[in-house]
Amino acid sequence: MSDPLKADNVIEARGLLKLYGSTRAVDAIDLSIRKGEIFGLLGPNGAGKTTTILMMLGLTETSGGSVDVLGFNPVRQPLEVKRRVGYLPDAVGFYDHLTARENLIYIARLLDIPRRETDGRIMEALRAVQLADVADRRVATFSRGMRQRLGIAEIVMKKAEVAILDEPTSGLDPHATFELLEMIRGLKKSGVAVLLSSHLLDRVQSVCDRVALFNKGKIALMGTVVELANQVLGAGHPILVEASGTDVPAALKGIEGVQQVVPDGTGTWRIVADRDVRAAAAQRIVGAGGSLTRLAELQPSLEEVYTRYFEEARRAA
Amino acid sequence: MLRNQGRREGSPFTGVGPVFVKELSDHLSSTRMLVLTLFVIVFGALPVGFTLQTLREVTQSDQYLFLRIFTVSPQQAPISFITALTFMIPLMAIGLGFDAVNSEFNRRTLSRVLSQPIYRDALLLGKFLGGLMTLAVALTALFLIVFGAGLLLLGLPPRGPEVVRGVAFLLVAIAYGGVWLAVAMLFSVIFRSTATSALCSLGLWLFFFLLWPMIAQAITTGFMPAQFRSVDEVLSLEAFSSALQRLSPGTLFGEAVLGLLQPETKAFGDFANLVMAQTRGMIPGTPLPFDQSLLLIWPQITGLIAGMIVVFSIAYIVFQREEVRA
Repeated sequence: MSDPLKADNVIEARGLLKLYGSTRAVDAIDLSIRKGEIFGLLGPNGAGKTTTILMMLGLTETSGGSVDVLGFNPVRQPLEVKRRVGYLPDAVGFYDHLTARENLIYIARLLDIPRRETDGRIMEALRAVQLADVADRRVATFSRGMRQRLGIAEIVMKKAEVAILDEPTSGLDPHATFELLEMIRGLKKSGVAVLLSSHLLDRVQSVCDRVALFNKGKIALMGTVVELANQVLGAGHPILVEASGTDVPAALKGIEGVQQVVPDGTGTWRIVADRDVRAAAAQRIVGAGGSLTRLAELQPSLEEVYTRYFEEARRAA
Repeated sequence: MLRNQGRREGSPFTGVGPVFVKELSDHLSSTRMLVLTLFVIVFGALPVGFTLQTLREVTQSDQYLFLRIFTVSPQQAPISFITALTFMIPLMAIGLGFDAVNSEFNRRTLSRVLSQPIYRDALLLGKFLGGLMTLAVALTALFLIVFGAGLLLLGLPPRGPEVVRGVAFLLVAIAYGGVWLAVAMLFSVIFRSTATSALCSLGLWLFFFLLWPMIAQAITTGFMPAQFRSVDEVLSLEAFSSALQRLSPGTLFGEAVLGLLQPETKAFGDFANLVMAQTRGMIPGTPLPFDQSLLLIWPQITGLIAGMIVVFSIAYIVFQREEVRA
């Protein structure tokens, strides 16, 4: 941790490699996660997200490269890493015959939390995820969303510095997803760095500070959502125009700064320009006698970046 | 597996305690334990009840009458208490261990537990010790019941040496259970399906109890010369046959228990007993002191404990190599 450049990184992977036989499940990736940020690992199933996570926790051996979590090496010092990192596995399971509280007591014992503090910390954690009123109900009666929240409670109780969440929202209904994402934001607010993996893009987009796009064991793209959009969809301002009554593409192409006009369904076009051309576009269409029904600036969506990227990757292959 | 990054740090025993306590409390409060207890009572109490009836009719004086509760086959049923135990202990151990690891995997609790500061070693060891402790509790309870029944129905308190031998027998029984617990846990590590691992454990159990004696017999017969030329030849063949039989933990347990509970036992094998009596001038039917009996069965006890450790180590190695992800 003496390196000042590294001081702000809680997780640092360099050339991290995992081989299963001759397949490269994780192919020499570089990744760093900063203090207090929410970082998203995105990509299709089997792209190497979970394997990367397991290597960071020391739960599976690395085949090469190095990884550093909070200044510890998960291969040599897994206990130190696991004491400080909370992990919510994909489709987390609990002991069904025990209550929520008993499940957490077991983990508290494993964490060697002093007995005097255990009760207080458990209740505090359960309150944070709104499960305090069902603390003494058996987990067998819990819904999927409640189990995920109990998993978050475990991380809160652990007072983890880093939370690693594997597909936290998969299989949840929209409301439960919303609640869970709120709790993830809550983790960030309390100073926890969050690493989450997902294939649910629009949800992830709303919470992630930065994302990494995984493809076949490699990180294809990494950065903020806007950065990725610029990289994949091209820089500039995408605009959606809905109009009729005139030759819309011709009218739009004449505007200064417009680079591309692409039809997007009947009567709608998508414009890519290097500046905000909404005012000019409205003027042109109305001036040409057309009727403008919609004019909107498009927020770059991760979904679009993702789809476009994989389309291009397929075409290139 | 590349291990180029050097040794891992931290004690492999971190967390054994909590796992042990949880396993023990899970076992003791489970329905399965209730079923096992019923099982033990039915199969253990019945032979003892019959034996006690038989023993009450015995009139001749016997120094070790109390220990006969364990060893005598009653008239009503051809099964003594220790024979019943030879069968039952493996079944109990398998019942406690067959889903030790794979159930955690199937409930998806394994990766969550392993992401706590604990090595896999500790998880496996804690589970093993929890199971062993449960077994010990059950066997001790059974042992005390039998002792109590003997006390009541025979109206005769056990003498000091009998108590010592009885307690030693209890310890051997727990070690025997440990072997089968380790076997069951090995299968629970190897197979993801609990049904498969239960089936394999039970299959191995049946193999050792039904088939192995026959196979060992057949092999011995194959080595039998057309004509025995000396006593030594007979003895060595018997030794060979015993060695084969002793590959089964049940045989080791049976012999160890016989040595402990039947103080007259001086050697294993009919012919060996006879030769012992004639060549060393030992009078058949005279009991050995406890330390001599212990010396006699020491190899059997070490064999059981060694078997337990070996099987557990194999389970440990397999578990280390297993991937935790679904």
